[in-house]
Amino acid sequence: MSLLAVSALQKSFRTPEGERKLIVDVPQFTVAAGQQLALRGESGSGKTTFLHLIAGILAPDSGSILLGERDMAALGESARDRLRAESLGYIFQTFNLLQGYSCLENVMLGMAFGVGADRARATAMLTRVGLGHRLNHYPRQLSTGQQQRVAVARALANHPKLVLADEPTGNLDHKNARESLALIRETCRENGATLLLVSHDAGVLATFEEVQDFAVLNRAVTEVAP
Amino acid sequence: MTLALIILRSLRQHLLSTVITALSIALAGGLLMSVWVVKVQSQTTFTQVNTGFDAVLGARGSKLQLVLNAIFHLEASPGNLPFSDYEFIKRHPAVKLAIPIAVGDNLRGYRIVGTIPELFSEVEYAPGRKFAFSSGQLFNPAAKEAVLGSFAAQKLGLHTGDTFHPFHGLIYDEKNQHAETYLVTGVLAPSNTPADKVVWIPLHGLQTMSGHDPRAATDVSAVLIQLRSPTAGFMLDMMYNKQGNRLTFAYPIGAIMAELFNKIGWFDQVLTLISYLVALVSAGGVLVAIYNSMAARRRDIAILRALGARRRMIFGAIVLEAATIGLLGMIVAFLAYAVILSGVAAIIRAQTGVLLNAWAYNPVMLWAPVGMIALCALGGLLPAWKAYRTDVAQNLAPVS
Repeated sequence: MSLLAVSALQKSFRTPEGERKLIVDVPQFTVAAGQQLALRGESGSGKTTFLHLIAGILAPDSGSILLGERDMAALGESARDRLRAESLGYIFQTFNLLQGYSCLENVMLGMAFGVGADRARATAMLTRVGLGHRLNHYPRQLSTGQQQRVAVARALANHPKLVLADEPTGNLDHKNARESLALIRETCRENGATLLLVSHDAGVLATFEEVQDFAVLNRAVTEVAP
Repeated sequence: MTLALIILRSLRQHLLSTVITALSIALAGGLLMSVWVVKVQSQTTFTQVNTGFDAVLGARGSKLQLVLNAIFHLEASPGNLPFSDYEFIKRHPAVKLAIPIAVGDNLRGYRIVGTIPELFSEVEYAPGRKFAFSSGQLFNPAAKEAVLGSFAAQKLGLHTGDTFHPFHGLIYDEKNQHAETYLVTGVLAPSNTPADKVVWIPLHGLQTMSGHDPRAATDVSAVLIQLRSPTAGFMLDMMYNKQGNRLTFAYPIGAIMAELFNKIGWFDQVLTLISYLVALVSAGGVLVAIYNSMAARRRDIAILRALGARRRMIFGAIVLEAATIGLLGMIVAFLAYAVILSGVAAIIRAQTGVLLNAWAYNPVMLWAPVGMIALCALGGLLPAWKAYRTDVAQNLAPVS
């Protein structure tokens, strides 16, 4: 049974010349509940836009994005925000931690807009990722690898059905990348969350049993960085 | 809870601009409240202060000058009136009490006023309150003795038992010292009236001071009058001001002082207008401070939105942040108000002897903070709108 079913999804942007340019054109894409799927895609291939569409951060031009039984594409912005807060976890390449907030507050804020902030759960998640002793530290006081772990804890604190990870190891060295990837996959499994990860790193993709090529999935012609 | 956390963290992240903006609001709020309270209290106080008298009789001239001179011990006397005029009005059936005063000398800038002991024994300067002594006793009307108002005694550094030489004229000039030596027999307890800044001596003493014109040795500068009924005031007003042309009967004192405030009303309006403008500029400061920090906030806003925060919540957070800066500013504004008003009250006290009650409740203490906070929230609307329109995807860079 699929948790995520995308069909006829299109998204275009207006270029500085005033023309509309199609960035995402995915006829069909599904992810089963509990699955851990990797999408291979080069920089500039539109995969972040694709994830933003699934997360409801962007609204598509057309198509549907069924998350469970709810069509993200058919919802208004406020309802998309709520659905994202309740059902999705998002791990960004640059972590996107709030610098003015402690680790614990970052994780609690990840829960606050959904079912509500739960200090005990946030503490447990940070402890799970090995940062139980850094609850009140600020992101700038942590190493890059530790910041990534806070981002993982934040993404999973809200019991999401689906975790989206956009080049989650892109800013980490090889050792940290390997550990972080393992952590993401383990914690997703432990929390019963489905994982959709996009990366252009062959080393990362090689750890996944199921990998799809975004260039095949996406029919839109996009500029791929050399 | 989440909203409060977001606002507090944002204020902390922009601490310097928060503090500077809040301080500018504190100054504006303090100034606004001070100007308002000084305006209202001085008007109320000065139109109510009559030191227990209903009217003043003096030489022909301005009623206002007469009241300022005889009641507030400011301004020059419009002239003298013969003792017989005092005796006439004292015996008038409409008059309950008449107290003559004579002015013309000073003690190092503090006015020396000659009067009779009944001022201290008969007159209630406020309902139920007669002049009391904090030390010593009343002067002997036939001796060279003096009683000092509390403020004058404090500023002159004189105590019961001390002596002094009066100086001629209302303005202090050390070359104009009189030869007479006066003994301080008592110091009055504070009355918060103009009497506090006066050096009181017997009427006869001032009239016969060396160097004064001997032909005016029985003249008085003014007569302070208590009437038996308000209608008596109008009758005497008719008699002295309309039918006579030699003397001026200043009645009622409160109305005459109110006239003064009406005349200088434009000055109040200018001050109030300046206060409003300062308040507006401060609220504008909130707008500018938050608006200028929007570039730095965009990423945080985008992250919050990506975590599920609604646009309207971000909008509300910015407006509430602006209001919070206003609130913090207005808390400090009460301190600024206390400092400004204490200074102004001290100046007014030194000039008039009248003490403004800086701590008395005035509605401005409620509406100024509410208005200022609302104005700040209003100033937050534009940056809030900008935050509302923040493009989440664009600010969650990098895009792969």
